[in-house]
Amino acid sequence: MKEFLMPSLGADMEAGTLVEWKKKPGDQLKPGDIIAEVETQKGLIEIEVFEAAILENYLIEEGDKVPVGAPMAKLRSESIPGKIPEKDSETHPIQEEEQATESEGPVPSDSISEETSSKEKPSEEKHRIKASPLARSIAEKHNVDLNNLKGTGEGGAIIKADVEQAMAGQKEAPKQTPETGALKDVMKKKTEPETASKQVIKSRTSTSKPGQQESIRAAVAAAMSRSNQDIPHYYLEKKIDMLAALNWIKETNRQREISERLLPAVLFIKAVAKALDSAPALNAVWDNGLQFKNEVNIGFVISLRAGGLLVPAIRNADTKSVDEIMAALNDMIPRARALKLRSSELSDSTITITSLGENGADKVFGVIYPPQVAIIGFGSITDQPLVHEGMLAIRPVLQVTLAGDHRATDGLTGSRFLQALNNHLQNPEKL
Amino acid sequence: MTRDEIQSAIFELLKKTAPDTDPTNLKPDENIRESLNIDSFDALQFLVALNDKLGIDIPEEDYGKTATLGSLTDYLEERSR
Repeated sequence: MKEFLMPSLGADMEAGTLVEWKKKPGDQLKPGDIIAEVETQKGLIEIEVFEAAILENYLIEEGDKVPVGAPMAKLRSESIPGKIPEKDSETHPIQEEEQATESEGPVPSDSISEETSSKEKPSEEKHRIKASPLARSIAEKHNVDLNNLKGTGEGGAIIKADVEQAMAGQKEAPKQTPETGALKDVMKKKTEPETASKQVIKSRTSTSKPGQQESIRAAVAAAMSRSNQDIPHYYLEKKIDMLAALNWIKETNRQREISERLLPAVLFIKAVAKALDSAPALNAVWDNGLQFKNEVNIGFVISLRAGGLLVPAIRNADTKSVDEIMAALNDMIPRARALKLRSSELSDSTITITSLGENGADKVFGVIYPPQVAIIGFGSITDQPLVHEGMLAIRPVLQVTLAGDHRATDGLTGSRFLQALNNHLQNPEKL
Repeated sequence: MTRDEIQSAIFELLKKTAPDTDPTNLKPDENIRESLNIDSFDALQFLVALNDKLGIDIPEEDYGKTATLGSLTDYLEERSR
């Protein structure tokens, strides 16, 4: 009798909540079967079994939160006669289904917890080559030496596709034995001792997050394609001397706790909101004609680490103080990165700002987010030679661009807007 | 606070900021933000979290000393004395 334990998905995981059992007592478990779904800090995770056994009974119920290493279920080990050859059931059995995980890239080593009792696992096994039963039988049939193959399966195991590729002569054939052994050692070190069952965790976060990212990517693609097809963009650019604004931020931040400090982006947002007074036609949507918007809801482009963008709105930015805008960013950006925005935040923008932050490109020409009619791009602030009061000086310069919808407005409107934006940024204390 | 404790706090918080990276692979003279692709907002949040965890306030004029793993560790070690 063995216990199936709550696996560890890395050092920072303390506990997991059982969301759903995927197998019932009495079910025969094959290696690779998903026994349960567990919610962790890393998202919803599917947990795989890595050896043949029969699920005896549950030790915890759905909804229970238990620490890492706590028993979740009792398993009765049982080899399936004739299905899994003896020699393979004692090694790391790999199912061919795992090919499906290949496209996700290698499983990070900290998400693998191979838990093995030393009694069950003879030490010479460390030097065995990890390969799926199917891969072994194909290799044997075609006289392919597994020693010469590089596995692309779970934990570097050789799978059918690797053997087939080797047969087709398309693949380099590095010696794998030492690496495989070393990998197993590393994996063993990472595991908790004294556990009975072998588990590999297939992270649903790594499958479903890319899924979410893909859908975000698809949304960006659709919106930007539509924008480029439908909107005749015009572009304007203005260099803005940022010395006054940066000095003001430096001064105010000196008096603030670190958690209260401001970023230049807050001034950009507030200055855009105020400058729209001079060019209200830019705070509008194009829907069979120009429709002005009363509220100034500024969409702020947030790039996601895995790629793609979200553009949540800072509502009524014209009436918010810079502190309130900073608080809004502090609230919104982490939620955006966690993909936990409210639907209203993603649909209410009346104009968009994209800001590259520090040490990036000097300027950015945006693509308007339909049905809006303008996007303001803020480049990185760089020290540049600038004529100031008739003298050449080195000043921190911000290059701001405006992309406008030429159906809705003309360059003169955009130019007036950029001039107003400049004026506001020269008087940061009034923002 | 020992240097090791400071570094492990740095790694822990960087991992939170940039979960898709392995901050422990940073070389001492490597620029943290460039290497881990951390933007201005996350950089500030990281310093706020460091302040929370270690109780060390980092004035804005010292941000320049926090650029690399080595300089940040040196700085925090100095400030924690």
